[in-house]
Amino acid sequence: MYEKSFPFVHLQDNPCLGGQVNLVSVNPTSYERYYMSRLIKLAAIAGASALVLSGCAGAANEETTGAESSLSGTISGSGASSMGSGQEAWIAEFQTLNGGVTVNYDPSGSGAGRESFAAGGVVFAGTDSYWKDEELAGEFAACAPGTKPWEFPVWISPIAVIFNLDGVDSLNLDAATVAGIFAGEITMWNDDAIVSQNPDLELPELSITAVHRSDDSGTTKNFTDYLSKTAETIWTVGAIETWPTEYGGEGAKGTSGVVDAVKAGNGAIGYADASKAGDLGTVAIKVGEGYVSYSAEAASKVIEASSPVEGRESYDLAYKIARDTTESGVYPIVLVSYLTGCNEYLDAEVATLVKAYASYIISEQGQATAASAGGVAPISNSLREKAQAIIDAIK
Amino acid sequence: MSSQAPAVKRRIGDLVFSNLALSSGVTILVILAAVAIFLFAESLPAFLSQQDAAPDGFFAYVAPFLFGTVLASLIALLIATPLAIGIALYISHFAPRRVSQFLGYSIDLLAAIPSVVYGLWGILVLAPFLNPSYLWLNENLGWMPFFVGPVSATGRTMMTVGIVLAIMILPIMAALIREIFLQTPRLHEEAALALGATRWEVIKMAVLPFGKAGIISSAMLGLGRALGETMAVALVLSGSGVFTFALLTSTNPNTIAANIALQFPESSGTYTSLLIATGLVLFAITMAINMLARWVISRRSEFSGAN
Repeated sequence: MYEKSFPFVHLQDNPCLGGQVNLVSVNPTSYERYYMSRLIKLAAIAGASALVLSGCAGAANEETTGAESSLSGTISGSGASSMGSGQEAWIAEFQTLNGGVTVNYDPSGSGAGRESFAAGGVVFAGTDSYWKDEELAGEFAACAPGTKPWEFPVWISPIAVIFNLDGVDSLNLDAATVAGIFAGEITMWNDDAIVSQNPDLELPELSITAVHRSDDSGTTKNFTDYLSKTAETIWTVGAIETWPTEYGGEGAKGTSGVVDAVKAGNGAIGYADASKAGDLGTVAIKVGEGYVSYSAEAASKVIEASSPVEGRESYDLAYKIARDTTESGVYPIVLVSYLTGCNEYLDAEVATLVKAYASYIISEQGQATAASAGGVAPISNSLREKAQAIIDAIK
Repeated sequence: MSSQAPAVKRRIGDLVFSNLALSSGVTILVILAAVAIFLFAESLPAFLSQQDAAPDGFFAYVAPFLFGTVLASLIALLIATPLAIGIALYISHFAPRRVSQFLGYSIDLLAAIPSVVYGLWGILVLAPFLNPSYLWLNENLGWMPFFVGPVSATGRTMMTVGIVLAIMILPIMAALIREIFLQTPRLHEEAALALGATRWEVIKMAVLPFGKAGIISSAMLGLGRALGETMAVALVLSGSGVFTFALLTSTNPNTIAANIALQFPESSGTYTSLLIATGLVLFAITMAINMLARWVISRRSEFSGAN
């Protein structure tokens, strides 16, 4: 661990420099360590100039790789609470890998996170919805004057439609039926619309309790976005965060509240983070000609099927999620959260830290950590390549 | 100990103590003023800005929540007041000394349970438990506007909230009323007994008239707590912005405090101000109720026999 965290060792091992510099003892006391950071900088400068002189370009690359693991400092972000569990897991692992770095994330909500990033209160933000054009037109206090932020998806979380019906584990429904149920138009489980799609099931004559989030939530927004794109004649209020009163139904606080309410009521149906669905029955959604149950693969495919938002810069990977996709095997009810930060920071040290943290988040390791922390779908390799290119360009 | 110069020392002590007491009293006023100023200043943008935080205007937004707040609190008060009087009477006049002590402690213990625990208990235990009786109420008394259907499948209704709130305000009410009943002048009670009154008649003639003002003020204290209760309501109630007297359905008016707790985390800009403005309304209502209670008590104090 010790060798790894000091670039100096690399310099020593470097054939171009031939181990000629030996400024630091191998087992430093804490007192020596205090001075070491300064010495390292000196050594690095000396080494770099020596390399320039001797033309050892390959060795210069090696030196930067070494320098990355000796990161230190603090960066703070805030934003979407949906990826709060992911950020917690990422921060824990990232700080283990980089002992000198402290990362903070305040899950204060998407809107609050974007606001506080724009105001310069934090240096990166997580958000459930990409930057609006009018927001991008404003100033960003943490970034170099005139520069705009980058963004790309890092958190693809399937939203499951869960239900509690004695003796039924899986149900096939199309968008119009789901919209009808949540808009209060379909009120009985033995309604023709449900029965006709599930000929093998014995559906009881039982009233449907449609459970929604009583708190404002990105989950509701993405779920209603799906309904409004696929069944706009039935779901007429568009993508909303606050449930419309006229649609009735039962409200419950938070994801766990919805899951508890669905568990408690026979004949209840709701929507929640797929990772929290537990042993409740889930609805397979009609996409194209077939019915698709949620799964990590089906959810991450939706980004491939979606088109980028028009008129955005190359560093702005905002997607218009293809809710109405007909491609088979794609699960369209997903919540996509973005990570956003500056292309050019005022402070170069911050830039280095954000680069390292963002690279870690999109790495296979980071995405696997997120999958185990929040049951989310990993981003695809092609998306990772594009995002990495954006990260590499951060100044 | 201080026999050498008692007069001087006592005066310094008096001075220090009276100033301490004064500053404590002033602190209350300062805190109250600070809260009022904060609420007022933070809610101003909701009224001044032209953005559509509340499309139909502020009062159209807050009215259903205000209605829900008052409805839930009234249900709680209707259930809790008779129960609290009964408990207090039993402890003060009927129970053997040991039992009454034990009961007193357990009542105080109820007051120490955090409201989030009441909320969780409300959803996970009370709501499913009460649901069959809601169905019964709806079947047999469905003609009353309170009990119309469709009955919620989960039991997370206004009625459940009222009952949870009643249990939450019960300890403080019972404890206060008990103290008041215990202060009934012994002479009044013995005089009634001497006239040949039964125990119930003693209570009717001596204890209850003496305690009337105290019962009202403890009910108002309970009401104050019920009005402001947040966590338990936010967890239990399936609420939205509607007006309805139906207590057993999934569609209920939310309360102001619960609505703030639910919407604040994801709010921003003028919407935050709007929520704080609803908090200001709650603040005003609570203050008005407390002042009303003070007024009622001051009117009745002359008959209470305390003087």
